[in-house]
Amino acid sequence: MTSTTIGDSHAHEGDGHHEHADYLSDGYGLKSWLLTTDHKRIAVLYLISATGFFLLGSIFAALIRLELATPQGDLVQPDMYNRLFTIHGVIMVFLFLIPTIPGVFGNFLIPLMIGAKDLAFPRLNLASWYVYNVGAICVLLAVFQGGLDTGWTFYVPFSSSYSATNVVLAAVGIFIAGFASIMTGLNFMVTIHRLRAPGMTWFRMPLFVWSHYATSIIILLGTPVVAITLLLVGAERLLHLGIFDPAYGGDPILFQHLFWFYSHPAVYIMVLPAMGIQSEIIAAFARKRIFGYKFVAYSSMAIAVLGFLVWGHHMYTSSQSPYAGIVFSLLTMLVAVPSAVKTFNWTATLYRGSVSFDTPMLYAMAFMGLFLVGGMTGVMLGTLGFDVHVHDTYFVVAHFHYVMVGVTVTAFMGGLHYWWPKIFGRMYPEFWAKLSAMLIFAGFNLTFFPQFLLGYLGMPRRYHAYPDEWQVLNVLSSAGASILGFGFILPAFYLTWSLTKGEKAPANPWGATGLEWKAASPPITHNFEGDVVVTHEAYDYEALVRERDAARTTTQSEEKPVV
Amino acid sequence: MNLPLANIPLMPEQASTISKDVDLLYYALLGLSAFATVAIVAVLIFLLVRYRRRHEDEVGHKETAPEWLEIAWTIVPGIIFLGLFFWGAKVYFDNYRIPADAERYYVVGKQWMWKYQHPSGNREINDLHVPVGRPIELVITSEDVIHSFYVPAFRVKRDAVPGKYTTAWFEATKVGTYDIFCAEYCGAEHSLMIGKIHVMESADYEQWLEGKGGGRALAATGAALFEEKACSTCHRQDTSARAPILNGLYGSEVALLGGDRITADDNYIRESILDPTEKVVSGYQPIMPTYKGQLTEEEILELMSYIKSLESVADGAQGTR
Repeated sequence: MTSTTIGDSHAHEGDGHHEHADYLSDGYGLKSWLLTTDHKRIAVLYLISATGFFLLGSIFAALIRLELATPQGDLVQPDMYNRLFTIHGVIMVFLFLIPTIPGVFGNFLIPLMIGAKDLAFPRLNLASWYVYNVGAICVLLAVFQGGLDTGWTFYVPFSSSYSATNVVLAAVGIFIAGFASIMTGLNFMVTIHRLRAPGMTWFRMPLFVWSHYATSIIILLGTPVVAITLLLVGAERLLHLGIFDPAYGGDPILFQHLFWFYSHPAVYIMVLPAMGIQSEIIAAFARKRIFGYKFVAYSSMAIAVLGFLVWGHHMYTSSQSPYAGIVFSLLTMLVAVPSAVKTFNWTATLYRGSVSFDTPMLYAMAFMGLFLVGGMTGVMLGTLGFDVHVHDTYFVVAHFHYVMVGVTVTAFMGGLHYWWPKIFGRMYPEFWAKLSAMLIFAGFNLTFFPQFLLGYLGMPRRYHAYPDEWQVLNVLSSAGASILGFGFILPAFYLTWSLTKGEKAPANPWGATGLEWKAASPPITHNFEGDVVVTHEAYDYEALVRERDAARTTTQSEEKPVV
Repeated sequence: MNLPLANIPLMPEQASTISKDVDLLYYALLGLSAFATVAIVAVLIFLLVRYRRRHEDEVGHKETAPEWLEIAWTIVPGIIFLGLFFWGAKVYFDNYRIPADAERYYVVGKQWMWKYQHPSGNREINDLHVPVGRPIELVITSEDVIHSFYVPAFRVKRDAVPGKYTTAWFEATKVGTYDIFCAEYCGAEHSLMIGKIHVMESADYEQWLEGKGGGRALAATGAALFEEKACSTCHRQDTSARAPILNGLYGSEVALLGGDRITADDNYIRESILDPTEKVVSGYQPIMPTYKGQLTEEEILELMSYIKSLESVADGAQGTR
């Protein structure tokens, strides 16, 4: 990749040629952060919010697992238990899983990766963070002022006519947070179309950018539907409009269609960005172009499109027509194919690569294992005759945690370590990071694998108490959760420590390709000195070698590298 | 060592005709998933070790993915997944198509209980008795929110949706007692909306219907008839001024006009309905008209079972004759 001023000599502050402050030093006051329009600072703001919500959601998860350690409902009352799993789900899905990877890594990296100075609409970007937090505050107000007990799925007529909790406020919160998603998706889409550096053609883009492009499509098409649906639930609660509740002449199954029309694609809003991270990490730590680059890029688009056609697989037992069930099952099988294609290509990327085992790569390998289990159990659930038995049991709970935690959170952690030196200019302590990655992997499997068995045995989800014979599996799961929790607490300490005490990071600590590694660590406010011109595709390690050799030659001859 | 791990249950009981089909599908899916996972992880581990970085400056080779390979690993999983789709669809339809000779049971969910009505008219709450080896159709609805009727041992699940009927069917293959759960979250006591399904030999079931319920449903019909025929005008629950209070009557000693005592059994009650002046209770006038010719046998049985049922309800509140 070529640009006029990208070279090692500009990578560090304090060297003689340095003119611009890095983005972290460009103003220290609170105002300089809260009113920033710098995509990188907004990414850090998103990181702070998201970490807070993840912590909160995890606390509720811990309480759920503590309750389920014994068959009797003895820790909390049923009412409280229902609030716990509802709040856990709402926070994790709407406030963590959906917004986080786009908000943190999408924001930080998309402009860097395509050689832009910022996103297309920097102020809209800042607005999205505020809107997200306003939505979150509404949700949290609902949670702490009387709670919410509808489950994150808000099924009617329970949510619209029967629940005595703060459904309307929570729905309004999710409605508002949805707009933050839409703003972000729109911003990414326009940025990717309009702000690519000269020479950055579509098929030179990193796969991370491709997957965020696909994600943006889903966000823009899907989010309005869930927003309207929740608005209708609120309207029915307040005005008895008669849309969903049969008591007023409505149809409760209509709600499920509308809800899953968004909420199934929402799964892809969570996993596509994660798949983008996965592609970046595997390429970087195998030092190799992603095998079948175009197929991986296309598969993201295929997932975005097909993902909209499979919502009915959540409704095989709902009284939806069995013929509709057949169609949805068939389409579900099709949407599994692009995911399989990605898996094969990631695997094949290692072939004749140069593989190192730094923490991000450990997470990427954990991702492979967990995604295989999550994906294959997804195919199992898509199979009609099998799903009826395990629908709404712990089998489903285990499956979607394998996908949402095993894929999205694992990729988030991998990405966090991979780009940590770029974002904060410091290296994290490798030993502790590896230890935590392994604890998370082991703890995760111990937590969720037994739940597949519980599901097939018939343990329904959202049960506060359960038959005695299922206790051993539940205790294993709760034990795993404590390991998992410990695994997640470690990074909170060592990453915070590294912010001031970590070794200073060079511009490209991993020897990776990608424009973001040509920028300084941390990057300057406008990302690159001068204009960026791109001459070859992402993941071109041969070009990296050529540049490196050229840089050595030029350093010897004491000249600036202008390739 | 006797580890608790050795006692971990892994499979629910197989107690219906379809549970074997579902389990077979499960094993196949599980086998395929395990194979795919193990195979890919094995390849990954091999590649990770084989191509580990030997020196710091090393980079990977540039590969161009052969198109045939990409097409192959797009199409092959696609075909396998389609095969699974067909298999799953077949099991689903077998599960969905209700045999013509199935007996119809009604299931009504409400926060937080299951109510059932047998073809015989018997009613039950939470616990349901069914005969083994006979196809049984469930017609399911809900009085309030969405519930889901789930019997893991039968691999049967169907949502109970307010405002409409859903159907499911099963044929139990094994006598025993199995769990019934509500599988769709329905509010505070969702996890307590549970019951047992008691699968009985046909003969035992019939006996159970006669004995236990002889009956509830009949009694309810009888109660309506009791009003309709204006019996309640004189046989009131609050005063015995014109006619005896009937609560607690069944099986008790009755003092008759003229000094005789008689046990109020089926025959006595039947006679008193059809021929009321034959045996008059001490302290009352023979003013009751005859109902001979005005009631069918069934109606009499219903009235009788209604009077019978008053006995069980009576205790405590009704000692005030």
